[in-house]
Amino acid sequence: MREYAAKRIGLFIPTVLLITVIVFVVMRLVPGDPALAILEGEGGGIYTQQDLANLRAELGTDRPIVIQYVDWIGGVIRGDFGDSIWFRSPVMGELNRRIPVTVELALLSTILAVLIAVPFGVLSAIKPNSLLDYGARSFTLVGIAIPQFFAAIILILFLVKAFGWLPPLGYARLGDDPLTNLQQMIFPALALAFYEMAFIARVTRSSMMEILQEDYMRTARAKGLVEWIVLLRHGLKNALLPILTISGWQFGRLFGGTVIIETIFLIPGIGRILIESIFHRDFPMIQAIIVIVGLFIVTINLLVDLLYGWLDPRIRYS
Amino acid sequence: MSMLKSADATQAETQFRLRPKPAPPAALFRFARRYPLGALGGAILLAMVLTAIFAPWIAPHDPQATSVERQYARPGSALILGGDQLGRDVLSRLIYGTRISLYVGLLSVGIGVTAGTLIGILSAYAGGAVDLVVQRLVDALMGFPPIILALGLMAALGASMNNVVIALVVILLPGATRVVRAQTLSIKELDYVLAARAINASPLRIVLRHILPNVAATYIVLSTITLGFAIVVEASLSFLGVGIPPDVPTWGGMLTLGASRYVNIAPWLAIFPGIAITLVVFAVNLLGDSLRDVLDPRLRGGI
Repeated sequence: MREYAAKRIGLFIPTVLLITVIVFVVMRLVPGDPALAILEGEGGGIYTQQDLANLRAELGTDRPIVIQYVDWIGGVIRGDFGDSIWFRSPVMGELNRRIPVTVELALLSTILAVLIAVPFGVLSAIKPNSLLDYGARSFTLVGIAIPQFFAAIILILFLVKAFGWLPPLGYARLGDDPLTNLQQMIFPALALAFYEMAFIARVTRSSMMEILQEDYMRTARAKGLVEWIVLLRHGLKNALLPILTISGWQFGRLFGGTVIIETIFLIPGIGRILIESIFHRDFPMIQAIIVIVGLFIVTINLLVDLLYGWLDPRIRYS
Repeated sequence: MSMLKSADATQAETQFRLRPKPAPPAALFRFARRYPLGALGGAILLAMVLTAIFAPWIAPHDPQATSVERQYARPGSALILGGDQLGRDVLSRLIYGTRISLYVGLLSVGIGVTAGTLIGILSAYAGGAVDLVVQRLVDALMGFPPIILALGLMAALGASMNNVVIALVVILLPGATRVVRAQTLSIKELDYVLAARAINASPLRIVLRHILPNVAATYIVLSTITLGFAIVVEASLSFLGVGIPPDVPTWGGMLTLGASRYVNIAPWLAIFPGIAITLVVFAVNLLGDSLRDVLDPRLRGGI
């Protein structure tokens, strides 16, 4: 296990460094001068030569690119991503308030997806080609094809028509008002969970189908165990491993979907501020958000891999 | 690449028989009989291509023509699928939107998957330091959720159709590279490649004559399956307002306006473009899954 962990962590570090380099390079792809782009985009082109020089110095774009990178990465290690151009304050000040919102949304969505998808996956594996199996599988096919934003709009439309519910304009923090917060988050989380659900249900089904063929399932039945204990303790427990991996992996991926869901449901998370920052041309903010999401995902992937290696010794030796 | 997993397992379970290669029309017919869902997907895709090509003849109205009396016209009245907030015909805009979706999708998949395939072969065949560097880059690029990476690129490059294609190429590259690399690694060790090497064939010859033909199936399957994904990402970017400029009729862009402000009074503005996107992705997934099972069953679960 130690060797496997060392190898896996050894791959992690260069990936993390490359992520910062990629984001840094991408942000320098702005045609021409970012300072010029900001001034012309925002103030309708009214600025003095002095403004331009000041902004260049503020962004640090008047120095060689390698120095800029080293300077920036030094800050990143200390958790300092520079100042936002739009908010005129440190990027992290704003993000510290928003990251928990997005994490809550992603977590809630993963929990919903697992709670709904796993039972369906198990049921359709137990009774393949039954009505329920066909239903679950058709849902899976549609769930994977339907774009997230469309799923969210359909959900809103349904809620509006059925209950007169609209996305709330104000946002209640989980700490201040848990009940209102959950009321606000449950539907966005559901919309976000749609794709994930389809995916988890499919993995559960195939993983469970495989396990139902195993000898130990027959043994468990032969010794007279009740069917549901056979299915839960011998079947599902062994099928959980791939489900866990997929869910962990999807959890990271969800951060892409939150951009869309937060925009539609007016949730003040990092996804929504990413879009706003693109419109404001707030490059330090964009850069910070993308790096944080990238680092978060590779870390989650690392943890999932380590957990998987720990749970299933076969992985470590392959 | 998670979006691209197998969809119709029943069909996959029933094949694996070797059969002689039939003539093309017969092959098509066999394919349709064995994989009805795949054929359905292919038919929908074909209909979409024809719609895109003949858009000016099919569309009942000018997609840009505004009209006061047709504002929010209900579907089924004067306009089949209703009118939007400026009185433009939703159906005509959908028909023209097919062009954009297909153009952006095909172009980005064509460039992205082709380049990914070449890099994957190179990486696997060269091995050593080249392989190591390429794989770390692929790891890093796959660390970002595709839409976030695309948003970063759009933020830097600015909103335009060509930049959407560039962003899509970048997010399609790492997945294609990884799949093709894995494929090449296993082909590299097969007897016929070893035999070619034994008779002192040049690396270029081995790649062109022995490896490339054997990743062709993977290439076709990858292209089909990623097309749906590319179309959704393009629509998502346009939906978020950072993709293709709003004056161009795109499915994602139509949803933006339909979704945010008018969903209460005119739900059809959101529903029809949404259905169009879902239908196309659905069709492409069905076709891709069936093609994969026909051309390269080893890939199942791999892509």
